[in-house]
Amino acid sequence: MTDVSAAAAAARSAVPPPVPDTDRPAKIVTRNLNFYYGQHHALKDINLSIAANRVTAFIGPSGCGKSTLLRIFNRMYDLYPGQRVEGQVLLDDTNILDPRLDLNLLRARVGMVFQKPTPFPMTIYENIAFGIRLYEKLSKSEMDGRVEKALRGGALWNEVKDKLNASGLSLSGGQQQRLCIARTVAVRPEVILFDEPCSALDPISTARVEELIDELKDQYTIAIVTHNMQQAARVSDSTAFMYLGEMVEFGPTNKLFTSPADRRTQDYITGRFG
Amino acid sequence: MSAAEERHGAPPFFKGSCEKVFLRRFAGHMRDRKQGIGVAEIAVHGSAMEQAGSHDRTRALNAFRLGDKAFYWTTRICAILVLLLLGGIIVSLIVGAWPAIVQFGSAFLTTQRWAPSAEPPVLGALSPLYGTILTSVIAMAIAIPVGIGIAVFLTELCPLWARRPIGMAIELLAGIPSIIYGMWGFFILGPFLANTVQPFFIDLFAGVPVLGSIFGGPPSYLSLFNASLILAIMVLPFITAISRDVFATVPPVLKEAAYGVGCTTWEVVRHVVLPYTRVGVIGGVMLALGRALGETMAVTFIIGNSFRISPSIFAPGTTISAAIASEFAESDGLHQSSLMLLGLLLFVLTFFVLAAARLMLLRLEKKAGKQA
Repeated sequence: MTDVSAAAAAARSAVPPPVPDTDRPAKIVTRNLNFYYGQHHALKDINLSIAANRVTAFIGPSGCGKSTLLRIFNRMYDLYPGQRVEGQVLLDDTNILDPRLDLNLLRARVGMVFQKPTPFPMTIYENIAFGIRLYEKLSKSEMDGRVEKALRGGALWNEVKDKLNASGLSLSGGQQQRLCIARTVAVRPEVILFDEPCSALDPISTARVEELIDELKDQYTIAIVTHNMQQAARVSDSTAFMYLGEMVEFGPTNKLFTSPADRRTQDYITGRFG
Repeated sequence: MSAAEERHGAPPFFKGSCEKVFLRRFAGHMRDRKQGIGVAEIAVHGSAMEQAGSHDRTRALNAFRLGDKAFYWTTRICAILVLLLLGGIIVSLIVGAWPAIVQFGSAFLTTQRWAPSAEPPVLGALSPLYGTILTSVIAMAIAIPVGIGIAVFLTELCPLWARRPIGMAIELLAGIPSIIYGMWGFFILGPFLANTVQPFFIDLFAGVPVLGSIFGGPPSYLSLFNASLILAIMVLPFITAISRDVFATVPPVLKEAAYGVGCTTWEVVRHVVLPYTRVGVIGGVMLALGRALGETMAVTFIIGNSFRISPSIFAPGTTISAAIASEFAESDGLHQSSLMLLGLLLFVLTFFVLAAARLMLLRLEKKAGKQA
C-alpha cells in the first residue's frame, strides 16, 4: 500500500491537476486517466480534482465520456469484461483502481444514483434498510430511526411515512428517484455520484431533486453528470466540459458559463453543437 | 421549366382525387423552391396510383377483408380444437375408468395392494401415487438448487467464453430422449449407485431412528432413489434454461444499483435478481415438475415396478406412468380400467400442482405489494 501512496504523491507533485475551488481540499483526484471499451479509447488523459463538499458537474455531448468517468469512481465498470482503465484515481490518497481494493467497501463510500429510478423489488422500508443491513447490525428501533433519517434526507419522509410497507415500485417516478437518493444516503457514503438523475423526471420532481442535491453537499462530495446545462449552472460549484473523451475545460461554474476559455466549450454552451 | 411544371399545368392528367390536390400543392411548393425534378418523380408515382383508381381500391380492400375473416376463423378454430381435445381426453379417460370407479370407489386411493389376477381382483393406487409424488419431490429437491445455481453461474459469474459452451451443453441435456436416460440409468447409474452411494448412506444412517429407515438397505439397482436422480437430471435443463433467460431480463441498472450500495454477487442474486424474476423462475420449476410427474420411459426402466410402499428410498417402487406403461399392453377388463383410472389421477394431480403454482404466484404478488 505504501508504494501506491508514494507513487501517488510523486504523481501529484509531477502534474498539478486543475483544482478550480482551492479553498476546499480535493476528495477525488485523477491522474492521467485513460479508459477503454475493448478497442475504443473512451477517456483520454483525464486530470482533475473534485473538491470535498462541493458539487462538481460534468457536461458535454452524448458519448463524450462523462458517464464513463463517473462509473470509474465506484469501479462500476468492473462488472463488465472488456472494459479497462489506466492511470490513477485517488480517493483520499487511496488509489481506488488498485485491483486488491475491496469493491464492496468502495461502493459503500462512493454511492451512485442512476438515470432511471431503480428501486429494488421490495418495500419502501426494505429498500432503505437493505443497504444499511449490509454493513451494520442494528436493532429494530435503531433501524427504524435510520430509515426515517434517510427518508428525511431524501426529502421523501412526509410522503411515504404512512406506507412504508408498500412496494418501492408503487411510488411515482420522482418519488422513486428520491427513494434511491435516500437509499444511497442511508449507507453514509462520502461521495455521491449522480448520473443524469433528473432526465426521467418531470420539472417539479427535478426541482425537488436539485434542492436536495444542494442540501446534501454540506455532508457529501457530489459529482453529477447532466445533459441539462441550466441544471449544471444551477446546482454545481464547478463544471467540467468534456468532448470526445477529453476534458476540454474545467473550472468554477460561473466562469465556465460566462467566459469559457475554450472555443469548443463556448460552442457547446451556446448550443452550436451537441 | 420542367416536366413537372408541364404536368402541373395540365390538370386532365390528374383525375380528381385527394392525391391531385396534394400534388398540386406540393408542386407549387416545389416550384417556389425551383426543384422541379423531385416533383416530376412524385407526379409519375402519383399517376401510377391514379390508374388503379378508387374503384379498384375497394375491391382490394374487400379481398383483404376476406383474408382477415379467414385468418380470424382459422385461429379461432385452432383454439377451439384445443379445448375440444382436452375435453375429449378427459371424457374418454372417465369413460374408460368408469368400471374401476364403480368397483373400487374411494378405496382405490387408499389400497396399497395391486393384484389384478386375484379372484376378485384387488387394485389400489396408493403405491404408484406415493412413488409418483416421492420421486418428483426428491427430483425437484435436487434439481431446483442445482438448476438455479447453474443459471446464476452462467449469467453472473461465468467468464464470457465459457457461457455458450456450458449453456449449449445444458440445452443438449434436454434433447436426450428419455429412453436413453432409462438405459443409461439401468446399465450404468443403477449399478454405480447401488455399489457406492447407497451403501455409503445406509452405513451413515444405520441405527438413526427415522433416517435409518429412510436410507435403509439393502442397496438395489432399481429404486425410487435412482429414478429420482434420473428425473432430476432430466428436468435440470428446464429449470436452468428458463432461469437463465429470465435472469437475463433483469435490467443491468438495477443490478448496478445493488452493487452500488456495496452488495456482493450473492446479495445481488438473493435480494434483487431472484425477487425480480420470481414469477419466471417458478414458472420454470412448475414446467419441470410437470415433466417429472409425467415422465414415463426412463422411470419405468429403473424404478423396479414394485407395488409396495417401503419406508426406504433405496427400495424399488413404481409411479403412475411407469405402472401404466409396463402393464397396459397385457391388461383387459377391470385391470385396464384401473390403469385408466390411474391415468385420470395423474391428470388431476398435475392439474392441482399447476393450480397451486398459480395460487402461490398470486399470493407472492400480493405480498410484494404490486398494487400497494
